[in-house]
Amino acid sequence: MDLTWLNDFSSELLRGAGLTVQLLLISAGFGFVLAIAMALGRLSNSVVLANACRFVSSVIRGTPLLVQIYILYYGVGSVLASYPLIRGGVLWPYLREGFWYVALALTLSVGAYVGEVLRSGLRAVPRGELEAARAYGMRRGQILRRVWLPRALQMVRPTLAGESVMLLKSTALASTVAVTDLLGAANIVRSQTLRVYEPLLLVAITYIVLALIIEKSFKLMGTTSQRRV
Amino acid sequence: MTISEMSNLLFAEGWIQTLAQGAVKTLGISLGAFALGLCIGLLVALIKLRGPRWMVACANCYTTLYRAVPELLLILLLYYAGTDLLNLAMAAMGRPSVEINGFLAAVVVLGIVQGAYSGEVIRGAVEAIPAGLVEAGRAYGMSRAKLLSRIILPCMLPFAIAGLSNLWLVLVKESALISVVGYSELLTAGRQAAASTKHYLLFYLVVAAFYYVITLVSSMVFRKFEAGFERWMPRNV
Repeated sequence: MDLTWLNDFSSELLRGAGLTVQLLLISAGFGFVLAIAMALGRLSNSVVLANACRFVSSVIRGTPLLVQIYILYYGVGSVLASYPLIRGGVLWPYLREGFWYVALALTLSVGAYVGEVLRSGLRAVPRGELEAARAYGMRRGQILRRVWLPRALQMVRPTLAGESVMLLKSTALASTVAVTDLLGAANIVRSQTLRVYEPLLLVAITYIVLALIIEKSFKLMGTTSQRRV
Repeated sequence: MTISEMSNLLFAEGWIQTLAQGAVKTLGISLGAFALGLCIGLLVALIKLRGPRWMVACANCYTTLYRAVPELLLILLLYYAGTDLLNLAMAAMGRPSVEINGFLAAVVVLGIVQGAYSGEVIRGAVEAIPAGLVEAGRAYGMSRAKLLSRIILPCMLPFAIAGLSNLWLVLVKESALISVVGYSELLTAGRQAAASTKHYLLFYLVVAAFYYVITLVSSMVFRKFEAGFERWMPRNV
């Protein structure tokens, strides 16, 4: 194993790791908000809203993320490019970047997958607790913020940790639309030094370390036990 | 774009057939990889449950590492490493290097990744079997192989089927990643169609629809299976 190329490409790899983390944080943040909306939509009393959310979620979960990224990047991207107004506009430099398309695709899929997880968590909160909150005179928003959501999140924490690691792994798909994330940087090293394994293995180790960090931080985050209510 | 233009592209120019062939190939590699993954998973699960300590350590290493690294990266690694190793072996035996069959490579690569996940599912399912069933089998004097084929495997199925059906859906979607190394499955067919007609949005949407239909139908099939496997289970426990 020869690692002499590491000096020449270290800045590239570091920038790639930075992009991967950025993608992860952006899509986790926006995706989580979307997931709450999705879960509440699916639990809503309105049949139309509940079914619409169910359909959207099943389409997103039923098609490969790579295809979704292609639809957004190549499909929507090529449609956008055909309008001169957008093409000449201020936003075009951003719309040309693969990064934002991937971030959007990841956000949608986090919304769908985590939305399912949250829905099961929200449904598992004992009715009595919600009734108690209502008896205290809390409004619906307050109940959600103070009782319903915190209790649900507590229950689904292990699943959320798993979903976060899944999200980390999904960010690697960004390299397929010319984003130089961690894997993209490794591909650059691969094509310039003609070494196949070393860059890929190095990046694999980085992903493992990132996954371990995610797991650890979820463990540190509030270890309140179920019993101590 | 009008409807007639779309149908012209899809049907008159025959792109729908290209996509359908791709879909068949996707199904093929998914089925192959699922079967291979089940075999690897069963082996890993049995090792984790009964094997000697060093093998358990290896199995743990395999399942942890393969579940922490992005599938795309694993596919690239396994694909290049696999072809390289095979050609090295062929060179060592004094044979000319071989062209790797894309289908087999895809099945093996996806199967190895799948094995790590199904190993965990099967292990969990075997652990969920009531101990009394296994003890009863042993009391009848069954050998270990018979115990496995008559009691452990059939009793594990109801516990494993939900996890396995999830894994199948994940696998179908993961098989799209194989397009990155150039095997012509559904997504590659879609990319060819999109690139030669310049209708990217249309063709990628059609590809997505194909995948959606596959996952919908297969989750229905699995639900049928699930009901079949669970018919002996006690209800309302």
